[in-house]
Amino acid sequence: MRVALFLTCVNDTLYPDTGRAVVKLLTRLGVEVDFPMAQTCCGQAHYNTGYRHEAEPLARHFAEVFGPYEAIVTPSGSCGAMVRELYPRMGERARAEGRGESLAATLAPVVPRTYELTEFLVDVLGVTDVGAYYPHTVTYHPTCHGLRGLGLGDRPRRLLEAVKGLELVELPGAEECCGFGGTFALKNADVSAAMGADKVRNAESTGAEVLCAADNSCLMHIGGTMGRLRSGMRPVHIAEILASTEEEPLA
Amino acid sequence: MSSRERILGRVRRALADVPGDDTPYERAVVRDYLREHGGRTVDETVDLLAENLADYRAIVHRCAAGELPSLIAALLSGRGARTVLVPPGLDPGWLAAAGAERIPDRAESDPHELDRVDSVVTACAVAIAETGTIVLDGGPDQGRRRITLVPDHHICVVRVPDQVVSSVPQALGRLDPVRPSTWISGPSATSDIELDRVEGVHGPRTLEVVLVSGR
Amino acid sequence: MSGTYLGMPAFPAAAREAVGNPTLRGNLRHATHTIRAKRAKAVAEVEDWAELREAGKRIKDHTLRHLDTYLERLEESVTAAGGVVHWAADAEEANRIVTALVKATGESEVVKVKSMATQEIGLNEALEAAGIRAYETDLAELIVQLGKDRPSHILVPAIHRNRGEIRDIFRDEMAAWGRPAPEGLTDTPAELAEAARLHLREKFLRAKVGISGANFMVAETGTLVVVESEGNGRMCLTLPETLISVVGIEKIVPAWRDLEVFLQTLPRSSTAERMNPYTSMWTGTTDEDGPGTFHLVLLDNGRTDTLADEVGRQALRCIRCSACLNVCPVYERAGGHAYGSVYPGPIGAILSPQLRGTGSEIDASLPYASSLCGACYEVCPVAIDIPEVLVHLRERVVQGGPVTRAGNKVVLRPAKGHAAERAAMRAARWAFGRPGALRTGQRLASRTRRFHPRTLPGPGRAWSATRELPPVPAEPFRDWWQRTHGGEAGGK
Repeated sequence: MRVALFLTCVNDTLYPDTGRAVVKLLTRLGVEVDFPMAQTCCGQAHYNTGYRHEAEPLARHFAEVFGPYEAIVTPSGSCGAMVRELYPRMGERARAEGRGESLAATLAPVVPRTYELTEFLVDVLGVTDVGAYYPHTVTYHPTCHGLRGLGLGDRPRRLLEAVKGLELVELPGAEECCGFGGTFALKNADVSAAMGADKVRNAESTGAEVLCAADNSCLMHIGGTMGRLRSGMRPVHIAEILASTEEEPLA
Repeated sequence: MSSRERILGRVRRALADVPGDDTPYERAVVRDYLREHGGRTVDETVDLLAENLADYRAIVHRCAAGELPSLIAALLSGRGARTVLVPPGLDPGWLAAAGAERIPDRAESDPHELDRVDSVVTACAVAIAETGTIVLDGGPDQGRRRITLVPDHHICVVRVPDQVVSSVPQALGRLDPVRPSTWISGPSATSDIELDRVEGVHGPRTLEVVLVSGR
Repeated sequence: MSGTYLGMPAFPAAAREAVGNPTLRGNLRHATHTIRAKRAKAVAEVEDWAELREAGKRIKDHTLRHLDTYLERLEESVTAAGGVVHWAADAEEANRIVTALVKATGESEVVKVKSMATQEIGLNEALEAAGIRAYETDLAELIVQLGKDRPSHILVPAIHRNRGEIRDIFRDEMAAWGRPAPEGLTDTPAELAEAARLHLREKFLRAKVGISGANFMVAETGTLVVVESEGNGRMCLTLPETLISVVGIEKIVPAWRDLEVFLQTLPRSSTAERMNPYTSMWTGTTDEDGPGTFHLVLLDNGRTDTLADEVGRQALRCIRCSACLNVCPVYERAGGHAYGSVYPGPIGAILSPQLRGTGSEIDASLPYASSLCGACYEVCPVAIDIPEVLVHLRERVVQGGPVTRAGNKVVLRPAKGHAAERAAMRAARWAFGRPGALRTGQRLASRTRRFHPRTLPGPGRAWSATRELPPVPAEPFRDWWQRTHGGEAGGK
């Protein structure tokens, strides 16, 4: 199977460790991963801020770059949801605007082949125990687009529960948004910060060392809030936990 | 142009995208929801009604038809009711043992008069087990809507199992839309203070429901 | 400066105040969290919730797609049942009609059931100007009216007040409106409810004119439905001689049978009850039972404009349950007043800018009052995809485009204040269209990373005021990949 890593522009630029973790994890599970160098951005920020027409060429570019692959794996619930939920909608809107079938037809092939990482592991590879070792107390925050957009359900939890040495503790108010929301974090900074502070307080109440999520954008917001609130907790992407082994523990 | 024509015109222009052969009502609405929730015997349905009525703070009594007059008399005297409102078509036997003065509902009696009456006794049109609801439809044994509203104490008699249905869909099927209806689920209540339910605002603060069986 | 760049000080500025008010935060948190858990339990009780939700959506969609037919049918049914139907294109016309109807009775006071439509059109103020006093009889509306306050929630307009504040309002203000609060009134909810009962009783008993809205209107039969809890609705609907109901044109359902869906989904979604304490249904007038005169005022006021938008029209499915407010993390922290409309919360953020247009600062800011977390869509009993409409309205704000206002098609220009953002989005699109340009930017960021400040100037301050910036790594992923895998599977 030709599997492409759709890392996302945020991870590529700011969180290369997450990308390396995905490569390490998938390689360990016997998957040959490719990183198409021409990939850039799925267009989510543009689309969600109201610039659908600016997002269209980025979506076309995505479809072109990832079209040749049988599976496209991304360590981001929100970028995954962008492709799976919103690319079809972009096609429909273009059609409704009398611009024909071209966009819908271009985007259609990549939609069903795009998987968020935990979906790919559980549904496609059929594994929940990935042989990871991570001797820490962890609480898991299900990010909104993964939870409600993609319907990841208990997949991340099942993966974490199978990690050796990991103690998973319940996060109070887990399903509440952390307050990131892309440009919302800037446009409504006060509300966003209040939501982030509440999320961090809930996370701290668990006594966990680590807050884990499947989306680095949310973790950037939560982690940034933890830093400012001088919390002792640290944010870690689920890929990095799953990639960690006894031989090669996560730094 | 009248506002009627203006609004209808705007609606038609707004719906320019809707094709003339749009899916008709019958096929547009899929009704694959349940006609009732769960399977129950007739007795279990009556039990569920009693349970759900009580859950929303109605006081539930059960008796056989022969015991009804003495039960109603006891409920009225237990509350110290001196006067009781009577809908025109109420079975006179129901109040045969009651000591309270019977006040017939008259078209000309104004709300202030109703406010001076202690209690009201009515039958009902249908009762819904799943939601703990009794429905009045202004039938002769239930009277005008106002008589079950202004007095502070309402005794409602439900003939079980005949008048009991399981669900909301079944209840609507038994009602005539032309008749004004009042659906009552427990005594009046409010959630307006901190979104927490408190019983007892403008409607009767005490609702007693008598489930009477047999003829 | 940052406000100009970001485009909208309106909602954010109002929300900032609420976020900084600990009493308000506490009141909203307590109330919304209480109802959230209860709603989830009430919904979980019915195993066919998904089917009921879908049926509700389809009934409403079908009705909206044939609204002209159903409006005419409703008019016919109501008229045949003894009611009088009036049509109001906007708020001003509706207020004029109602005022004239009240004047014709010779009365100078009316009792009112809580109604979003009459709040929307500012009916109380219009009546006041005509010398008619309107008494709000819903407990929360009474609290708002006595407190000279504004509603902040669809179902519980005084949700921003806690029991202590309500006690103070009753004690200080009731006397000016009629029967004063009982001596020694405490803040227990039961005592507060009792105080409202006593205060309003005399008004109900003497009222000659009642004004209401309606939750549903059945086109087939001409039946109107009001769903309530306290019994104030029953009082206003049955005791007066004249009843005037002001109802938005989108409140129609085709058939009697359709009520079986909404009477199951509405109570569970709004007050988390299997059934609300009282539901009243009436069809025109009935001899000797209830008002002898019944007027129905059908209200447009921006609804047909909303209907003209193929994406936005789903907002008209709303049955005003307020479940979306109760689960919304933004509403919980910003409070209802920040939305600058009688319709707050997620549904307000898509309804107000459609009913009123996006011309004002507040309306242009509302589509952004959401993190797009999707909790509102998940709980909506008629499956309104609120995030979808929010994004659609954002597009209308920043890109402009064709809309309908007061029945006329107009082309909106892109809103002012987004020029810098628009330029940034275009630049980003340009860079993302060229992987080489993206890489150059990434490398530049990596090489200069030692010099990055911990806080940002200008618009970036919105981030760095409360959050650390993520450190920029020594090399972006693509450089690492190129270095380590470049030879074998370099991709394109």
